[in-house]
Amino acid sequence: MPGKLKAKIVAGRHLPIMDRASDLTDAFVEVKFGNTTFKTDVYPKSLNPQWNSEWFKFEVDDEDLQDEPLQITVLDHDTYSANDAIGKVYIDIDPLLCSEAATVISGWLPIYDTIHGIRGEINVLVKVDLFNDLNRFRQSSCGVKFFCTTSIPRCYRAVMVHGFVEELVVNEDPEYQWIDRIRTPRASNEARQRLIFLMSGELQRKIGLKVLEMGGNAVVGYLQCFDLEGESGLVVRAIGTACTLEKISSTLPATATHPSNSSPSKDMKEPGFGEEAPGVPLSSGPPTPLRAQTFSSFSPSKSYSRQSSSSDTELSLTPKTGMGSGGSAGKEAGPLKALLRQQTQSALEQREYPFFPLTAFPPGFLLHVGGVVSARSVKLLDRIHNPDEPETRDAWWEEIRQEIKSHAKALGCQAVVGYSESTSICEEVCILSASGTAAILSSRFMQDGPLDTEHRLSRQPLCVFSTGSERVEGDMGSSASLGFEEVVSPGCGFCHIPYDELNIPFPAQLTYCYCCRRYKVPDVLFTTIDLPTEANVTGKGCLIQARLCRTKKKAQGEGNATVISNLLPFLEYELHTQLMNKLKLRGMNALFGLRIQISIGETMLLGLASATGVYLTALPSPGGIQIAGKTPSDITYEQHISNMQKKINDTIAKNKELYEINPPEVVEEIIGSPIPEPRQRSRLFRSQSESSDEVSELDLSHGKKDAFVLEIDDTDAVEDIHALLTDFPTPAGFYSCNTEIMPGIQNWTSAIQMFTSVRVFRLNASLTSQGLNKIFSDLCENLLKSLYFKLRSMVPCCLCHLNFTVAIPEDELIQVAVTAVAMSFDKEQLLENGKQSGEKTLIKAITENDEQLQFNLELNAETPSPNPLSSPKGLSEVGSHLSARALSVDYSSFADRCSSWIEQLKLKAHTIRRGSVKTTSSMEKASPLPEGRSRSLRSNRSYSGSSVAVVKMTPLSFIPGAKIIKYLGIINMFFIRETTSLREEGGVSGFLHTFIAEVFAMVRAHVAALGGNAVVSYSMKECVFMENPNKNQAQCLINVSGDAVIFVRESELESTSVQTQSATTHTSNGAEGT
Amino acid sequence: MSTELDVFVGNTTVLDEDVYQLWLDGHTVSNAVRIRMEAGALQECEANAEVLHSDTMDQFRTFQMCERLLQSPSKVANQLLFQIPPHRQTMLIERYYEFDSVFAREVLGKKLSKGTKKDLDDISSKTGIALKCCRRQHVFKVVEELKGPLVENIQRHFLLSDVLARDYAAIVFFANSRFETGKRKLQYLSFQDFAFCAGQLISYWTVGAVNNVMEDLDVDLEKEFLHDLKDLKVLVNDKDMLDQHKSLVCAQLRGKIKVFSEMEASFKNLSRALVNIASKLTHTKDFRDLFIDLVEKFIEPRRSDKWTIGDLRLFLKHYSSSVHTLEAFRHQVIWDRYMGVIKSCILKMYHD
Repeated sequence: MPGKLKAKIVAGRHLPIMDRASDLTDAFVEVKFGNTTFKTDVYPKSLNPQWNSEWFKFEVDDEDLQDEPLQITVLDHDTYSANDAIGKVYIDIDPLLCSEAATVISGWLPIYDTIHGIRGEINVLVKVDLFNDLNRFRQSSCGVKFFCTTSIPRCYRAVMVHGFVEELVVNEDPEYQWIDRIRTPRASNEARQRLIFLMSGELQRKIGLKVLEMGGNAVVGYLQCFDLEGESGLVVRAIGTACTLEKISSTLPATATHPSNSSPSKDMKEPGFGEEAPGVPLSSGPPTPLRAQTFSSFSPSKSYSRQSSSSDTELSLTPKTGMGSGGSAGKEAGPLKALLRQQTQSALEQREYPFFPLTAFPPGFLLHVGGVVSARSVKLLDRIHNPDEPETRDAWWEEIRQEIKSHAKALGCQAVVGYSESTSICEEVCILSASGTAAILSSRFMQDGPLDTEHRLSRQPLCVFSTGSERVEGDMGSSASLGFEEVVSPGCGFCHIPYDELNIPFPAQLTYCYCCRRYKVPDVLFTTIDLPTEANVTGKGCLIQARLCRTKKKAQGEGNATVISNLLPFLEYELHTQLMNKLKLRGMNALFGLRIQISIGETMLLGLASATGVYLTALPSPGGIQIAGKTPSDITYEQHISNMQKKINDTIAKNKELYEINPPEVVEEIIGSPIPEPRQRSRLFRSQSESSDEVSELDLSHGKKDAFVLEIDDTDAVEDIHALLTDFPTPAGFYSCNTEIMPGIQNWTSAIQMFTSVRVFRLNASLTSQGLNKIFSDLCENLLKSLYFKLRSMVPCCLCHLNFTVAIPEDELIQVAVTAVAMSFDKEQLLENGKQSGEKTLIKAITENDEQLQFNLELNAETPSPNPLSSPKGLSEVGSHLSARALSVDYSSFADRCSSWIEQLKLKAHTIRRGSVKTTSSMEKASPLPEGRSRSLRSNRSYSGSSVAVVKMTPLSFIPGAKIIKYLGIINMFFIRETTSLREEGGVSGFLHTFIAEVFAMVRAHVAALGGNAVVSYSMKECVFMENPNKNQAQCLINVSGDAVIFVRESELESTSVQTQSATTHTSNGAEGT
Repeated sequence: MSTELDVFVGNTTVLDEDVYQLWLDGHTVSNAVRIRMEAGALQECEANAEVLHSDTMDQFRTFQMCERLLQSPSKVANQLLFQIPPHRQTMLIERYYEFDSVFAREVLGKKLSKGTKKDLDDISSKTGIALKCCRRQHVFKVVEELKGPLVENIQRHFLLSDVLARDYAAIVFFANSRFETGKRKLQYLSFQDFAFCAGQLISYWTVGAVNNVMEDLDVDLEKEFLHDLKDLKVLVNDKDMLDQHKSLVCAQLRGKIKVFSEMEASFKNLSRALVNIASKLTHTKDFRDLFIDLVEKFIEPRRSDKWTIGDLRLFLKHYSSSVHTLEAFRHQVIWDRYMGVIKSCILKMYHD
């Protein structure tokens, strides 16, 4: 009997009129938890009832507390007939189970009905009294903190990072049960909502158990997803990183707890070549075809259906508890069973998945980045016969994870960061995808050597680090003695290749790092993580998207799955070609936050790759794009090509100006000393040694074509080039990225606007793939344009964390949903900052030195060196004496391309390359606000004096100009809305508009009830929309999540640092206000 | 190819004031798009017609969703569906209940709560303004059922600004008292003229003006006061008093107004006109004709005599104040209450 849940129903307001005769309502409330139900009295004839009930007390197991939601139903009493339901409120009790989160839920919560939407509000009070439970074999995991945030949460310090945790639970979908034919849509929707609440609760509890077993106390980067598999069931799965977190004492001054507060901009903007041995002549290697290496396989599910459940042991770092991935295996399972299971495992590598769903890291944690690793697999869904034995799904994911792990290994990396998993389902075919960034994590943070069972049982951490930068420095010193450490500049270290350059897993040009000149870097870097705050970046970044739409034949079952898995490699290949083209067109050399989504429909496949392009100072400048025709005889054709070439060159030049890309490396060239001292390099000690510099230098130094060559000869290429050129530039004053931060912008104002936009596009039948492609691309471009227009009042502003989701709800429909946050920044201060960090002067220096540089280059002709692309003539000159990367894509022979592509697949690891990063955990880059600003902030706060507390929402992990002082718990809500009067509700747009607004309102209300004033790391993970206009019906499912927090303005903190405590209470009071 | 669905939802509701006005003015989406294009919206943010259409549709839908709340503005502040900063809430409400004075001028004096839908349609076609009349009707309906001070009622229930609430009060007051405002001779008066007069009447002549007891709608004029106005007749009926009054006024105005001789000659008529209007106010018929009487019996004759507004102001000032020195006159309070309002109304109405 470890817990007592108490609920009190205070009042209602704005209730709907339920009795037409009197225009009033006789409302009462049912409060249900588990199988216990209490009722309030009927409050007659009022739309604003005052129940002021007693405390309803539920004595329950904490296991139930974690699984079950508190269910509040508001009804209209009817003497003669059945009582009519007005609506329901589900309250997740979980935040109350953790001592450091919320203590009470109190406030006005919207009463929600799946048919009518929000119908008034109810004021409730909920508390939990927990009794200590010392039972080690317990089934609950109360007290484990969950964070959606994919970095170490702001007011915590990571004592240990234990590793990857995952879990999935399955059930039948009530929507597809036989009973659904006889019950009302409302009953069916409610059954579904409740089931998903239960499943999420159970999933969270089980993940929590794993964390406890690993010795952790928190899950960071908790990512929970639903697979609506239709007939075959409902899967809820989650991944996360188990950590031991320690709350940073609030008595410390703000600056100490947030070292990055001061100005991460300095790090980012520093040219970063000053102190290190400079000036190594650069060389380029053989042409590198960009390869989107995919693992895609199709195997009928039957082959896995008999797989033993023990296979899932390998899926996790933790010993399985037996009920781990099952649905509800018995309570007897525990560490003992787990111990038996892991007997077979020996080395760390073989036993666990060194995966980290985190995208941002404490300084010094991320050493090197190998590149993006991804794996996809096409599966045929089969009915889940026994929900308690979901090993089929487990096996599928295990297969994928193994694949990812081997990709990472092929890149010489032991870990995968920025890891995520997703699915796309159409009828009975399902694509499972996983992707991440292969990386080497600091060995000083990592438990080296294989962990044995004893280690495991004694709960040894996998790695240890702290967020404080001062700590890191200390570690640096001590680690040197371990002989593991090379002294690496934080701004470029992550770019250095982790793999053996003699045994590169894919063709790539390696050059010496343009920052430190000592280690090799690739020509291009693709990653799934956020840009590390300390990274040296030149100029600004921008959102880069590759979009692809391909038709496919209609097929059934296995045939369909085969068709899809055959198409996948081409799809990914083309997406990557597009990404690479667009990256070069913007004069950039690295992608962060890469997310590739592939969606399947009956007759088409959609691919959308989004990432944020930047120019990493450490990497070589990208060559231009050169177009070559295959048939040079034709004069008009030649002209066409040269026109196109000119357009492209112009675009690149324009983009460089727009994004302020003026690479500084040439400056370095003048002062540079040629080669790092051998002594320095000999200090390297790593399995994937980089000490073979001299040898490879010879290999790589032969001059090549300077630019990325597009040989056009068919319409395919023309189309691609067209697509390149038709990407509209962002309007003046706007920047966009899909990562947390935008390089070059720090001085955010407090003005933020989170939004969700959804579009559904109906296609005409019988479109060619090309036509489709164009339409899809236009759809995305127009959506972006609309966003810029809508948010024009916030200029200058950056759309951050632009998260696109595509779906094919039915044949001939394409759905695109975007969630992002628009953040204003201060332009004047931007310039000032720019000057301070030397950015402007740097740029000036470059332009001034341009001619001089050319001169120097020619003098040093014996050492091939990079060309300053800042000069408008750069492109043509590059060819003459320069060696940049040459990527050649032969568009003329598609078949050849395919075969070479497939060969590539066979040859080497299924690896998408590139990506690297080292990241500080904190994004707290908001610089102190100017006087005027802070005053306006205060006046902002006076808004909370109005009757509804303002709740900010953002997909980012931070709030500009503010400090998060408390995490109140995870928000994970699932809603279904259905209508049978679509026209009356304003058509599909009216219906969805209302629903999304309602979802926002419910999230805000629940956060406010927890005492919070913001949601960070907010995401809309599911938005499934179905319509039947002929029947005047529509249905939509939305799943959202985020972290409820309390923040205080930094300006307030500064003025009253002592009063932090009172500020807290003040804020929460404001939030609780009615 | 067509866009089937297109929505944008911000955590803070995105509201464009210009588009809001277009919506309030009853434009269709395509009309609004055209107007915005003509206003140069395409120059902003490299927009195109498609973007503009999408934005307009979306904004119109947002306003439509807000309308339910705007009809009971007190709910706007504590609803949860839209997160709107307070100053924007105020803007939404104020604009929603703003009306066109040409329209209001037509509405004046008509019975509002029921059966006027057709009338309003007529007015709408007459004034050429596409009006969403229902929302204003709604105000009148609610207010007429309320007790207590009119202006504050409107402010409290509809959270309107002082000025706008007073305008509404004027319309309600006129409708309630059924003043004649439609006659040809009154056409030169604007809504603002009437609104001012209504404000005066409400402030000084109604039940609510004297005691703050919220027993009934305070837009009814105080019966007792109207009855007492009959006593003012003594000013013209009593020959001595009239002469004394005249000499007092003449003494004050001699050499100060250009029309002194005309004034001196017609003082009896002047005084009779004003006092007669007062004494007849108890009769409903005459009361409704208050404004027409003021114009016909007082304002028009002065205008044809070419009185300037300054002369008129001086005359009215001394005409009403010199009564205080008439020892035989015992209705000073009534007189001041009457003349205070009449004086300011006449001055407001005295223009071309």
